[in-house]
Amino acid sequence: MTDIKTRFSAVQRLLHWLMAIGILAMLFIGVGMVSTIGRQYVPLLIAHKTLGIAILVLALVRLLVRSVSGAPALPADLPEPMRLAAHLSHVALYALMIGMPLIGWAMMSAAAYPIVLFGGFRLPPILPQSASLHTMLWSAHFYLAFAFFALVMVHLAAALFHGLVRRDGVLQTMLSGK
Amino acid sequence: MPGSQRSALGSLMLIAAVVGFSVGAFAYTAGWLSPGRLSSTELVSALAPPGGPALGHRRNHAKGVCFTGTFEANGTAVALSKATVFTAGHYPVLGRFNLATADPNAADPTVRVRGVGVQISAPDNSVWRMALIDPPVFAVSTPHGFYDLLEASKSKDPEAMKGFVAAHPEFAAFGEWATKAPWTASYAEVTFNSLNAFIFTDAAGTKNAVRWSLRPETQAVPISGADFAKLGPNHLEEDITERVAKSPQRWTLVLTVADPSDPTSDPTRAWPPERRTVEAGTLVVQKIEPEVDGPCRDINFDPTILPDGIKVADDPFPAARSAAYARSYDLRTSEANHYPRTAVSAKP
Repeated sequence: MTDIKTRFSAVQRLLHWLMAIGILAMLFIGVGMVSTIGRQYVPLLIAHKTLGIAILVLALVRLLVRSVSGAPALPADLPEPMRLAAHLSHVALYALMIGMPLIGWAMMSAAAYPIVLFGGFRLPPILPQSASLHTMLWSAHFYLAFAFFALVMVHLAAALFHGLVRRDGVLQTMLSGK
Repeated sequence: MPGSQRSALGSLMLIAAVVGFSVGAFAYTAGWLSPGRLSSTELVSALAPPGGPALGHRRNHAKGVCFTGTFEANGTAVALSKATVFTAGHYPVLGRFNLATADPNAADPTVRVRGVGVQISAPDNSVWRMALIDPPVFAVSTPHGFYDLLEASKSKDPEAMKGFVAAHPEFAAFGEWATKAPWTASYAEVTFNSLNAFIFTDAAGTKNAVRWSLRPETQAVPISGADFAKLGPNHLEEDITERVAKSPQRWTLVLTVADPSDPTSDPTRAWPPERRTVEAGTLVVQKIEPEVDGPCRDINFDPTILPDGIKVADDPFPAARSAAYARSYDLRTSEANHYPRTAVSAKP
């Protein structure tokens, strides 16, 4: 078969959009919860931890699916700098999707906090209690969160640029339809 | 091709609008557009004395001493909550006696409010943390009121405290206690109260609002503030260390169950004394260790860390305390080098 892949598989598209909602929600919950002392703080914290672990699991599944299903090629006429930017930004997105939940989990562990998810589900610590590790992980989690949001914005702008300005079919690889 | 150029320009403007809106919503959620919103950062900053906080220490309840021991559950409280720690048995405890001051070197007689942090661990890995204090009611009915109290008590304006009291009539009961209640000369004689209400859920799913206390087995001996001051600036730590070295010290965990008509969201309002109480078991304090190298040092006694079977109620304080304690924890762990450990085998 010499079928040229013009679209991600249905499973990949489903994973992408589920995670898009999850990650955006996650980033908003994150900055929202650390800036409030209201009653919503407690449920937001549980939502943040639960969603974080869900994103970690989905990201790993997604990498696996991608290794099997592959990805559509970028347009042949795409300038080399844009090609490089596309490649690097996707590597960074995957690194953050997997790294941020792990950093958060490790940070909670290093603070000796029990890690309780929605429904009372408990995760074991992945690090021993340590003030210095906690401080390092806290800073990483804090600064990478803003980098993650910035990257999501760049990703969104680039997708719309492909779809509305270049009209090169890149946006369509992640949309349903004919 | 002006037409397609116009269309490209329109598309670019649309993209800028989408991204701009998203960034704005993000900034709003982060509170950057609402500087009036009270955050944990402001609350914790307000706790600092004029000379600045004691780096590496808790931002409040900064003076304290660690203990370890056991919670001996008698099994009675399973009628109220399915939490494993209420099943008859012995559960390891880690805790900290403390004074409500931002100064880790404050003299004991200068601090009116005493507290205890307790962590009870169960074999199913559930953890219950609490932080209790000794007044019978809290000082203010909202976290914002607490911030106002901190600001008023630090103010150089002699009218500030009067203004606060006038604006917060609920402060009266606490004020009465703080000025009139007798002192005691030992942590072992102190009754500690949760003040905040929590929801207990039993195995059948029945819910009750509950507050609790740790009632000492040792008879309290009232002492005047002046006589207590003669015992020295660190009497409480010296005394509890001596007592526990001789024999374990005990407190009964007493749960008080609310009537549906009782206020659960306002810790300044005590529940009527005739409310049903359940004695859940005994806290046995077996060993005292100085905080600097002790096991409680890097534990955040966040009152929202609860086992399955206990959850927060509509009381706004546990959430606000959780947010503020986390802020304090993040700050003090990042300043650990200002509060160095003394043991040779110290952890970093």
